This record gives sequence, C-alpha cells and structure tokens, in this order.
Amino acid sequence: MSHQDFRDLDVLVLGGGNAALCAAITAREQGASVLMLECSPKCFRGGNSRHTRNMALAHEAHIVPYTGSYPEEEFWNDYLRVTGGEGNQQLARMVIHESPNCLDWARNHGVRFQPSLTGTLHLGRTNAFFLGGGKALINAYYASAERLGVQILYEAEAIDLDIVDGVFRNATVRMAGGEQAKIAAKTLITASGGFQSDLEWMRKAWGDAVDNFLIRGTPYDKGLVLKALLDRGAESVADPTQGHMVPIDARSPKFDGGIVTRVDCVTLGIMVNKNGERYYDEGEDRWPKRYAIWGRMIAKQPDQISYAFIDSKVFDRFMPSRYPAITGNTIGEVARQFNLPVEKVEAVVAEFNRAVQPGTFNHAILDDCKTAGLTPPKTHWAQRLDTPPFYGYPLRTGVTFTYFGVKVNAKSAVLMKTGKPAENIFATGEIMAGNILPRGYVGGFGLTIGNVFGRIAGNEAAMAVREGRGALGDGLCSKVN
Amino acid sequence: MQQSELMREGEHMMTVCNACRYCEGFCAVWPAMEFRRKFAEGDLTYLANLCHNCSECYYACQYAPPHEWEVNPPQTFAKIRAQSYEQYAWPKPLASAFRANALVVSLAVALMLVIFLFGATQALGGKSLATAIPRGDFYKITSHETLVLAFGAAGLFATLALLIGLVRFWRGTGEQVSDLTNLPALATAIKDVLALKYLDDSGWGCAYPSEKSSQSRRWFHHFTFYGFLLCFAATTLGAIYYYGFGWKGPYGYFSLPVVLGTLGGIGLLIGPSRLYFLKLGRNREITDEKQCGMDVAFLVMLLLTSASGLLLLVLRETAAMSSLLVIHLGVVMALFLTLPYGKFVHGVYRCAALLKYALERARKQTLGV
Repeated sequence: MSHQDFRDLDVLVLGGGNAALCAAITAREQGASVLMLECSPKCFRGGNSRHTRNMALAHEAHIVPYTGSYPEEEFWNDYLRVTGGEGNQQLARMVIHESPNCLDWARNHGVRFQPSLTGTLHLGRTNAFFLGGGKALINAYYASAERLGVQILYEAEAIDLDIVDGVFRNATVRMAGGEQAKIAAKTLITASGGFQSDLEWMRKAWGDAVDNFLIRGTPYDKGLVLKALLDRGAESVADPTQGHMVPIDARSPKFDGGIVTRVDCVTLGIMVNKNGERYYDEGEDRWPKRYAIWGRMIAKQPDQISYAFIDSKVFDRFMPSRYPAITGNTIGEVARQFNLPVEKVEAVVAEFNRAVQPGTFNHAILDDCKTAGLTPPKTHWAQRLDTPPFYGYPLRTGVTFTYFGVKVNAKSAVLMKTGKPAENIFATGEIMAGNILPRGYVGGFGLTIGNVFGRIAGNEAAMAVREGRGALGDGLCSKVN
Repeated sequence: MQQSELMREGEHMMTVCNACRYCEGFCAVWPAMEFRRKFAEGDLTYLANLCHNCSECYYACQYAPPHEWEVNPPQTFAKIRAQSYEQYAWPKPLASAFRANALVVSLAVALMLVIFLFGATQALGGKSLATAIPRGDFYKITSHETLVLAFGAAGLFATLALLIGLVRFWRGTGEQVSDLTNLPALATAIKDVLALKYLDDSGWGCAYPSEKSSQSRRWFHHFTFYGFLLCFAATTLGAIYYYGFGWKGPYGYFSLPVVLGTLGGIGLLIGPSRLYFLKLGRNREITDEKQCGMDVAFLVMLLLTSASGLLLLVLRETAAMSSLLVIHLGVVMALFLTLPYGKFVHGVYRCAALLKYALERARKQTLGV
C-alpha cells in the first residue's frame, strides 16, 4: 500500500484493540475516511482486548446471554465501591447509562455471545461473555471494519505527534519496513492503551520492584502515544502506580501470559512472603472482588513474591491454572522446594491450624470458618491445612493494565493543560480509562468504557470533520527517513 | 510408561486450555475437557476424536502460534487422531496402511480391477468386454452368488475390523463395553451425529476452510454422509427384494433400490467433490499435512464409487456396461477392504467419542455437578 492512499484522511486512529475498532467503525459509518494504525503484527493485533472475555453491561430484564438483571443503579454502586468515589462521576454515569446498548452494537458488528463460562457463574448476571473470548471479539470487529472500508496498517507505530495549540496536524509513524512517514489527518483518535509494557516507564513509578513484575497482556502497550500527547500539552489523569494488578504464577512469561496464569486459590489457604510470614487476611472477601488487592500487596513484599499453600481438601475447588502446583507430603516439603525457611513456615501453619475455629465451610458465601487470636486473622474459609498432599504456588504481581492517561471531557476530546479541549484530538480505551477508574476495578468495565467512548470518539471525530474543525492538515504523507 | 512427544504436546495444550476455557461455547471438546484436571493418553485420544476439526477455537485463541505456547487444537488433535487410528486398528500388521494411505488405496483399486477384469473375461468366454448384454443384465458378467459371496465376505471383514477397533478405542478411553449400549446416551449421540451438531454448535457453522464461519463443511458432509447411507439402504433393499421376494435385478429406473441408489450416488458426487475443494482452500497452519493423502484417497474413492455406479446405471444397456461394471465393482470392493484402514474410521471413533460425551454428561448430572 503506498502512502499516497492516505491523502485527505479524515480520521487517524492509533491503536488496534476494542476501543480503537469501535471508534474506527463508528467514524467510518459516519462517512469519514479512516486509517487505523496497529503497532503489533497482525497475529498479535488487538492489544489487551485479545486477552479479555466479557464486558460489564447494565440491563433491566433477564435477556440472553445473562442469567439475570443488572440494574444501572447496582452497576453504579459497584463502581462507587471499588473507586471509593474517586474518578469523574459524570463520565462514569454516561458509560454505565449507555452500557445496555453495547450488546446490540457489538452483535451488529459480528460479535457472538455465550452464557457465562463455567467457574464464573457469579459474573453471568453482570457481564456478557464473548463466544471464544476477546480475540474472537476483535476478529469480528476487524472483519467488520475491513468490510466498511476502514484502512488498517499493522506494525505501524506512531512515535510522535505534531500538535500545535491543541490542534493535531500529523503523526510520525514507524512503518513495518522500518521507514518513517508523516501521516496527516483532519482528526486524531488515540486508543493505544496504557504504558505497562514500557518497563523503564514502570520503573519510574515502582522502582526496581518492576523487575519482579509480570505483564499479563500485550508487549505492545508501550505508551508512546500517551507520552507524545503529554509532551505536547495534554493534561494527565490518575497516578502512574495505579492499574489492575493480580497475583499470578511466578513461572509465567514476562509478557502475554493472559488469563491462564492466574491462581485463584488464595482464599482457600494461606499466603506467606519469602520470610515465611503471613501478612494479610486471606479470607477478607470473595474472588474477584478482593482478588486484585493481592497483586498490589505482593508488590510491596520483599522481592515481590509470595507463596500460597493449600491442602488436598480444597485442591479441586478453584480453576486449574497453567503451571502445576508444587506438591509434598508435608508443608515443609513444599516450603523446601520454594527455598523458604522451612521451620518458620511449619510454625506459621501450626499456629494457623491452632487458631482455626469450628465452622461450616462454604466457599460460595462469606462463611463462618475463621481464626481466633491470630494476627493477621483469616476471617472466612479458614480450614486447617492438615490433609496431605499439600500444594503450593509461587505468586508474583501480574500487571494487567495501567490507569495513568490523558484527561478527556464527555465528548472524549483530550483536555489540554490550558484547560481547553483539543480541537481535533479524541481518546478512548485504556489511555483515558483513568478518568473513570483512577483506582480499583469492576470486571469487564474496561471494554465497556472502550466501547462507549470509542463510539463517542468516532462520532465526534466524524462531526469535527464535517464541521471543518481543527487544522485540517495539508493531507500530505511524506517519507522522512 | 514413557510419554510420547505427541502426548506431551497434547497434555501441554489441554493444561493451557483448561485454565483458559474461553472456547467453552464452541463444541463438546471443551466441556469434556473441563470434566478433567489431568490429561492422560486415553483422555487425549477421546478429546481428539470428539474434535470435529471445525477450527473455531484456533482463530479465537490468544495462545495460538506464534505465541510461545503454540496452542493449536485443530492440528494437535488431528495428529492424535491419526495416531489413535493406527493404534486401534485390527489386525495390527495392517495398521501401517494408514501411513501411506493413498498408495495403499490405489494399489487396492488396481488389484481389484485386475481381479474383476479377469473374472469378467472368463465369464464372457473370450468375447470382447465391449459386447452389449441384453437388458443390461450384469449377472451375466458376475453371478449373483459370486457378488454376494465376495462382497459379503469383504463387508463382514470390514465390519469385524471396525468393531474390534471400536472396542479397543472404547476401552482405551476408559469405558466399559457394556456402556456401548446405554440407550439414552446412544440416542443423544445419534442425534448429534445425524445433525453434525458440533460443526454448528454456535449456530454460525465453523471456521472451515478459512477463518470466516460458514455452514458449507457441514452441508457437504451431510451430502456425503446421507449419500453413503442411501447407497447402503439401496443395497440392503436389493438384498431384501432378492431373498425376501425373489425379485431379481437389474431393477427398473423407478424401482425403490435404484431411486435410493441414484439419490445416494448424487449425494456422493456433490458431497465429496465439494469437500475436496474446501480442503484445498484450508489453512495449512492448522492441519496435519501427513493425513492429506488419506483424506483425499477416501474422497476420491467415494467419488469413483458414485460416478462409476451412476454411469453404470445410465449406460447399462450399452456396450460400455461390462467395462463400467468391472470398474464399479473393483472400486467398491477396494473401498470395502480399505474402510477400516482409512479416513472412514473417523466416523466410528467420532460416534464413540460422542457416545462417551453423552455418558459423561449424564454421569455429571446424576452426581449433581
């Protein structure tokens, strides 16, 4: 494809995941010419959307594929609870209010849905599951976008943006062959995700702890577009240390391990750090509500590692994971394989076992199995670790995505440090999700935000083109080797 | 026991898949996988044969190659299926026929043609093969007794070999032979087979031959499958006419055996030829290319059977009859003899796997899981 094809481009979309696709499709349906740049090769397209599986949508009635209704107010309260009231409530309200329409929009663009997956029944009421997961979702959107005439380039990475006084003029793009080009467009939609795959940027936020972090998703979210926007005067939102972090198997690859690396057994046993000490109530609340806190807590333990211990009573009560458990006939045998202080771990388990009170175990509710006189306590599902074989999993912090991004208004326009919205720059997806979720997480909300704001951005960009807003660059594409 | 590399590959794949489960809605393989936490050889053989090779899962897979875990269920399952065909074949020495299958089938056809040609020339007593026979009476070339004896023996042998394979497979997946006749499970399995449910479990068809979901594979497999059944029904009915009523062939163009055989033959022209062209367009990254010869050999045999049969029907009163009869009988005999050592066995093991799936689901329900 020659660069000449991009003359008089109306909308340039940077990114290739759910949010980018929703924006590109919408803008194209409004009649705009659209070019989408996905920085990954085609086989890994879709950013973190590739690893997702559902989106959270409010709905009143019991409709397929849900198991029950999820009223807007309940969604709203879930949102307030996880964010503690932080975040732009106007934008959050907009997304939640619009969320019921995402289902039909996705269906109309080829996405297939299925009943909630086994082992995730608690999400069946609140979240719509994509048949085949997130990669199937983005495959459907890519097919839809191609059919509509959205132009798509893979391995095309925007490395800088020319923005003057809040007006986008062109993007410097590193193309698949390594050459650079400047691509001008009348409007820009940034949907390029967070920055969690840029480990040096992460190091600035977390220090050397980042060496022990694992990035669960795409290695392509390096935040280049985010950085360019901030350098060119966009206002930032959220804190660079904030994001979704969960405990995942320490044996996982540095990048792209996805869903199968999670280990859901923390609530069923005990968790110790590398000194063999327990440090938090493992039974505080259910997965997944309080699951995410463990990622951040492990990040604050020595060497950013912890070890979950369970016994054979509960071994079949959580989803199997990618790596086998470390097994032994005694707790000490398992601890030895982790190079933990064996006597210390055995003493901690003995103390824990003595503190366990009688109760009726029920993992489906916050049951009455708890410890007495133990610090920290285990307030639910506390059962003695007494039935060999014993199992252990080494766990590290798995970074799913970051929240640090650009500030936007209700029209998805990027806000500049001057306080004014950019004329022709819009944002959707992880790059702006921090406006709504500066901390905490509601499962599947990221995709909802990407969809709703993607459609807003697509509409607004097409409208800006129609109204002749912005710089309306010269439409030239030149090579600048 | 030393685990083979292929079984390690299968176990690795299933461990990743069982921790992910995003494909749960595509077909029976995934719920069946979720009944398990360990994947021994019997489990993998079962799951591989339960797989209909629809490929939806591959395109949805976040771990598909070039991801470092290289999860490729259509290909891995295909390789395991091929291994199970050999492993359970009876008698054992003939199992190697699966390896150079196209060659074996070709030799079988050549050999059978020679034998039937020899028989025909004997029957004609030195007259040219191109002599028209009144009323197209092919029994003048091959007597009814010879036909019944030869094809009965070949049919019995093939059935026996397939049955022994079935029982071996069944035991290999950890099931009791008595459960082969579990009626409710059989009813479910038969329904799934007749509808090809798992080439269309999502209602969108399957990702074959390319990424775009389509019903074409299912429809043309139906043409093939029901075409085969109709031909089988036609032959059975012919036997009933002969032995039950003493009505001797050849039967008229509008007699029931001929109508059934004609419809079946047309199905076996449309189905296999379209399946062949679909196969040509499939994504080679997810196939086991070693099986290509076996797949094509079977499709060609079905095509040759139907084409020669239909031609024989149309030209039976012409001088071409004897030659066409030799070709048709030779092809059908070779088809019969190679049934247990070619692609046909996929149907046997697929049915058994679907039966096992129905049994497993019923057991889970009884347990209240």
